[in-house]
Amino acid sequence: MRRMLNDIGLSSIDELFKDIPASIQSKAAMDIPATMSEMETRRHVEGLLEKNISTREMLSFLGAGIWPHYVPAAVDAIISRGEFLTSYTPYQPEISQGMLQAMFEYQSLICELTGMDYSNSSMYDWSTALGEAARMTARVTGRDEFIVPHFIHPERLSTLRTFCEPVGIKLIEVEQDTHTGAMNLTDLRKKISHNTAGVYLEYPSFLGFVEENCDEIAKSVHKEGGVFVVGSEPISLGVLKPPGEFGADVVVGEGQPLGSHMNYGGPLLGIFACKGDALLRQMPGRIIGKTTTQDGQQDAYCMALQTREQHIRREKATSNICTNEALLAVAASTYLSLLGPKGITELCSTILDRTKYATKRLRELPGIEAPKFSAFHFMEFTVNFDKAGRKVADINERLLDAGIQGGLDLSGYFPELGQTALYCFTEVHSHKDIDMLADKLRQVMEG
Amino acid sequence: MRGLVYSQARWDEPPIIELSEEGKIGFHQLQTTELKDSLASVPAGIRRSSPPRLPEVSEIEVVRHYTRLSQENFGVDLGIYPLGSCTMKYNPKVCDAVASSHKIQEIHPYQNPRTVQGILQILYETSTYLAKIVGMDKVTLQPAAGAHGEYTGVMLMRAYHRDKGESKRDEVIVPDSAHGTNPASAAMAGYKVVEVPSNAEGCVDKDALKNAVGPNTAGLMITNPNTLGIFEREIVDIAEIVHDAGGLLYYDGANLNAIMGKAKPGDMGFDIVHINLHKTFATPHGGGGPGAGPVGVTRHLSDYLPVPTVEYDGTKYYLEYNRPKSIGKIRAFHGSSAVVLRAYTYILLHGKEGLKTASEVAVLNANYMAQKLCKIKGFSLPFGEGVPRKHEFVLSAATLTKETGVTALQVGKRLLDFGVHPPTVYFPLIVEEAMMTEPTETVSKQELDSMINAFEKISQEAYAGSDLPKTSPHSTSVTRIDEAKANRPKTMQLTWKMAIKGS
Repeated sequence: MRRMLNDIGLSSIDELFKDIPASIQSKAAMDIPATMSEMETRRHVEGLLEKNISTREMLSFLGAGIWPHYVPAAVDAIISRGEFLTSYTPYQPEISQGMLQAMFEYQSLICELTGMDYSNSSMYDWSTALGEAARMTARVTGRDEFIVPHFIHPERLSTLRTFCEPVGIKLIEVEQDTHTGAMNLTDLRKKISHNTAGVYLEYPSFLGFVEENCDEIAKSVHKEGGVFVVGSEPISLGVLKPPGEFGADVVVGEGQPLGSHMNYGGPLLGIFACKGDALLRQMPGRIIGKTTTQDGQQDAYCMALQTREQHIRREKATSNICTNEALLAVAASTYLSLLGPKGITELCSTILDRTKYATKRLRELPGIEAPKFSAFHFMEFTVNFDKAGRKVADINERLLDAGIQGGLDLSGYFPELGQTALYCFTEVHSHKDIDMLADKLRQVMEG
Repeated sequence: MRGLVYSQARWDEPPIIELSEEGKIGFHQLQTTELKDSLASVPAGIRRSSPPRLPEVSEIEVVRHYTRLSQENFGVDLGIYPLGSCTMKYNPKVCDAVASSHKIQEIHPYQNPRTVQGILQILYETSTYLAKIVGMDKVTLQPAAGAHGEYTGVMLMRAYHRDKGESKRDEVIVPDSAHGTNPASAAMAGYKVVEVPSNAEGCVDKDALKNAVGPNTAGLMITNPNTLGIFEREIVDIAEIVHDAGGLLYYDGANLNAIMGKAKPGDMGFDIVHINLHKTFATPHGGGGPGAGPVGVTRHLSDYLPVPTVEYDGTKYYLEYNRPKSIGKIRAFHGSSAVVLRAYTYILLHGKEGLKTASEVAVLNANYMAQKLCKIKGFSLPFGEGVPRKHEFVLSAATLTKETGVTALQVGKRLLDFGVHPPTVYFPLIVEEAMMTEPTETVSKQELDSMINAFEKISQEAYAGSDLPKTSPHSTSVTRIDEAKANRPKTMQLTWKMAIKGS
């Protein structure tokens, strides 16, 4: 250090900071802990983490936007590679081909799953992707109303509001049938007008039921010139008709189930895909394109359509997004490549089997209605305790005492559903696990 | 000379779909149960007619494919990465090690708080430490990135003015040297963006600022040190001008690595600060993300922070949703906890002294490099003559371009041949042929010298009329890329489906 200082004609480090006015120079040291060795730090941090109880240590039936799945070891191995992990945004494409190609593959895979033409290379999460989608529909149509279903994920709705309110997009709620969950088409047609920028459907819904009148909804939206936005959990699209086949113009979703861990809420992976050139030009976020070298000799990849982005367009950009979730997109590409068409079909079959088995076992319990909606469900369903006269909060406390984390309490979000919880069943839950849940629930209900 | 030889892998790896062979699979979910029936339970109208066309490849083929791709990618683990304003410092491995535990990975955000006391304590303490480092009163860890933090911050500004009955304030001021995200974030929150010019020192022109502020001013977004790497010496006056006009001062924390332990944005008069954990606090940037952009505020803005906040009642940690003045949610769930955990580990590893030293060395490295580079023929250090830079500096290759035709972009491409990631080129916009350079504290003197040598060599090549700078790079996986082709509607290929159609 001394040598470097001498080399540039300085005698102390302080000279490099002398331009900071004395009045704002920090006199005291920062009020944070002192340096620790790597071993001490690790012991301390791991000691704190030890206080957590992970879903590997207790049965958990929570989903609701972040879902428990097995992550193949190969996925973590790939995304731990320093070349991917410690790289920045691929501003210099010649030295960043690996990340760029992986992003291109991610975009292609998302388009296969969703039936869309184009995908960007990631957003922060489903909720912010939805916020950006609503704003995009308003930009494309020049209109200011965005229609959302009643049983939307409440945190997604709140995020959507934060994204829409400052630019004057009004959110209008459309009814969903309290018995089947189906979107009320009469109500929808009443609310769609020449002011409608877009209509949003969750497919599968937040509560696990799957809308079956998608074609009709698409027709109603398009008749008035609106944009049809569909939000999906991507694994379900291994077995469900892709939104692109029933008229969706934009698909958003949460890519966490594609090879990323739950991580107490993040990082997550926002999926954002669309159809048609008009929407492509208004799409937020980074998009990677395949091209060649200038001499035409080699295939190569680089960022495309950058004139939509903030580093070029500043306040006129389609979005302010810069840092995204690239590494989770690499995980998604690896995951989907490992599964392939056969693997994703197997996974969906397993999830459907667990959903069905859990429905059967929980229905056997007196006082429990499962699911609350009579519809086809994927992976998640509502469990109602009204007939037993019990509160979800109380049941969940007792389940936890028995080593089980119950489903998400919905009573605060949707009071009209009474004492209802949202349960999630994936491939990580064996029949035995579900039997255990049923047994403990029976004991809790009897106790 | 060390570091001047570089050769990146060239695998000519096709898109993974082209490796596909019918019937292959890389990972089985299936256990023993008969599952055929379950597929049939999907109503016909919403059933997929055939499985998605994903690649059919074995596990080892997938691993080889992505390992090969990784070898065609450059990261901090491989070499010098002095990308300006990106703070590409070494990411200590212990931070990744603690984050690979199932005690963080396999935890659901809706779990009962009594099962997640460990991570809640980590979140609580991280926000406390960050608040101390930047001199703010309360910090939210939720934003997923710097730009997301900016949006959050501008929304807080908006909520504050509305609460004070001043919703007519509809302008946000940004200097012309600001990061592109600043004006984009302000515009997203519905604000008009007013740009103020820099003065000859590269700092905010106070007179221009005085003219720009008024009853419509919601706030000023500024980074300090600014994007030229120059400390805004008149920041206290600037704060006063903005505050006197009723506006708020927003700190873009992209450049925080320059001043830890030396000065706090809170002491400079800032009201809102965002912090990039993937820059200053060394969480790996993953080729574009994840990151995290926590936002700190002073007491008079803390009621508006997004829900939930992490609180401690003396015996337990909990999430607080009951905050009536909050701007609401800015994303689902409570933030990128696995990123925050890494930053927490980094902070503890360094401690108050270590973080201060990090800033000092980062600034020393930048000044050492700036002094050496600006003496190389063809390069100069515009603005702020004789003023020390902070963590970064902006070199101009304008003379080189004028005299030899070799541009900043070409210098950058030629640097790749030496295994040096180029600086950020053509930013900030106020410098001609700009090369915004941030070596960080984790680069050794030897590495700095070899990077300086590379610049010297390129200058010599340019003045000797060599073709090399104009035809580079030569040592990377691919040579110069035809970016125009990627953007022309007729040749644009954004998925492999389009690529097949196009060929």
